[in-house]
Amino acid sequence: MTTYALQTRNLVKKFGGFVATNDVSLNVEAGARHALIGPNGAGKTTLINLLTGFLEPTSGEVILNGDTVTHLAQHQRVKRGLARTFQINRLFAELTVLESVTMAVNERIGIGARFWRPVGAYAEAVDEAASLLSTLRLLDLAHEKTRNLAYGKQRLIEIALALAMKPRVLLLDEPAAGVPTSESRELFETIAALPRDVTILLIEHDMDLVFRFADCISVLVSGALLTGGTPDEIANNPKVKEVYLGEAISV
Amino acid sequence: MQAALTLDLAPIARADRWRPAELAFWLIPVAAYFIFPDNLVLLTQIAITALFCLSLDLILGYAGIVSLGHAAFFGLGAYAAGLLAAHGYGDPLFGLVAAAIVTAVLGYVTSFLVLRGADLTRLMVTLGVAMMLYEVANKLTSITGGVDGLQGMEVLPVLGQFEFDLYGKTAYWYAIAVLFVLFCVARKLVHSPFGLSLKGIRLNVGRMPAIGAPVNARLSAVYTIGAAYAGIAGALLAQTTQFVALDVLSFNRSAELLLILVLGGSGSLYGALLGTIVFMSAHHLLSDLNPQYWQFWLGALLVVIVLFARDGVMGGLRRLGAALGRNK
Repeated sequence: MTTYALQTRNLVKKFGGFVATNDVSLNVEAGARHALIGPNGAGKTTLINLLTGFLEPTSGEVILNGDTVTHLAQHQRVKRGLARTFQINRLFAELTVLESVTMAVNERIGIGARFWRPVGAYAEAVDEAASLLSTLRLLDLAHEKTRNLAYGKQRLIEIALALAMKPRVLLLDEPAAGVPTSESRELFETIAALPRDVTILLIEHDMDLVFRFADCISVLVSGALLTGGTPDEIANNPKVKEVYLGEAISV
Repeated sequence: MQAALTLDLAPIARADRWRPAELAFWLIPVAAYFIFPDNLVLLTQIAITALFCLSLDLILGYAGIVSLGHAAFFGLGAYAAGLLAAHGYGDPLFGLVAAAIVTAVLGYVTSFLVLRGADLTRLMVTLGVAMMLYEVANKLTSITGGVDGLQGMEVLPVLGQFEFDLYGKTAYWYAIAVLFVLFCVARKLVHSPFGLSLKGIRLNVGRMPAIGAPVNARLSAVYTIGAAYAGIAGALLAQTTQFVALDVLSFNRSAELLLILVLGGSGSLYGALLGTIVFMSAHHLLSDLNPQYWQFWLGALLVVIVLFARDGVMGGLRRLGAALGRNK
């Protein structure tokens, strides 16, 4: 039997009369590199927000590693191993890179509310943050303020903050959005090198990245799942070509 | 872990070390005592307001919670300590602890109202709580004395040793000592993981749940602590003046405090202290020089400081320091 890291059952989200997510039942296998694609306005980010708990669904269920988490708050889902990055950077402009990542590690290991000893006294957190930065080749920027970094580097900090959660499931919301091609290679390499035991759900517009990276693709159109399959199946699916690739080319 | 060894961790490991400039700063209250022996009452007021401002800095400067009603806690603390002293419980430290507990409870309870909304809602809620307390104190004349103020306080000697004297020496050192101790505690707080998470919440509240931080619990905690600090400041005022006027709860006090913090530079503990010193000294000097129109000059001073140092006195000093460092 296949184990699923992340599932939704008949997930529906309505904003007034508008159905943003329409009866979505998505299955992401453990260890998968699963891509979610769809034209603009298909409801990809709404779906991510439902998965992470930023939004509550109108009906349906979200299941993380076999447990129903539909009504858990965002930070509680994070504690259960679900981390995400944001399409538009949500970073801490005035903190240094090391401070930001240390703060994230603090929360994961449960010392985020300690109020007496200084941050630097918890060496295990600072060391872990530093070694994570080293893996992402960001160590030389550790003491730079986040706002002074190039955009491509900031996208890496997005990923670093999520990885600091030691996620079992990682949602990457258009990780390459806005990154100039000169900086995107490093980003793609980093994503490709993520450990295999982390399940990844990737939302991406860049078809090159999707087809190189994903072993499974789901296509979302107008809030509903159109189809799913291997990259080959999706590439040769006439319906997908019509609604997604056709449209993308005409743009 | 290999990687960590190649990185110099000093900036984060030594972030909480006392710097020479900080030690020098704390010589100011000692020097002021000898230079202005006739102004101890004013100096005591500055110390108390500095503590009050520190409390707003914790919730606004660090955690980003705007408040236009912080006097609610200051006033409640003042009445708590005042009523205790008026009813035979005049030990000053006991009064401070009691004021801290009462205001912390109010802070914790009202934090849930404050957390419900965004900035403008918070302004309204904090303002509303303070207005209600003001009118309660105004109405309950049999307990608070209403507009006549609370009288008949008998404050015992500090630690059973140091009696409050006519010159205000004991009052001054008492206020300075309490300010210093609570400053050190606040300093611990802001350098801790808790303090770092508050900065995170202020800088990007939307990200914090995604890194597993319970935002509301943290904000509730700091709001409670800020309330207790303000309550202690109010209690100090009551004990050192042996009187509680209704205006401890006034809107004016909350608004002026906000002004002082912005003037000094919010988000820096020394900004809160420097802002208080600058504002209250200017207030005192200008009202001496020009008793009728002093507010004009105070306003002018505020505009000039904000024009040249948008992040307050502390920001201006920081840039001055950086510029001097470059010239060396």
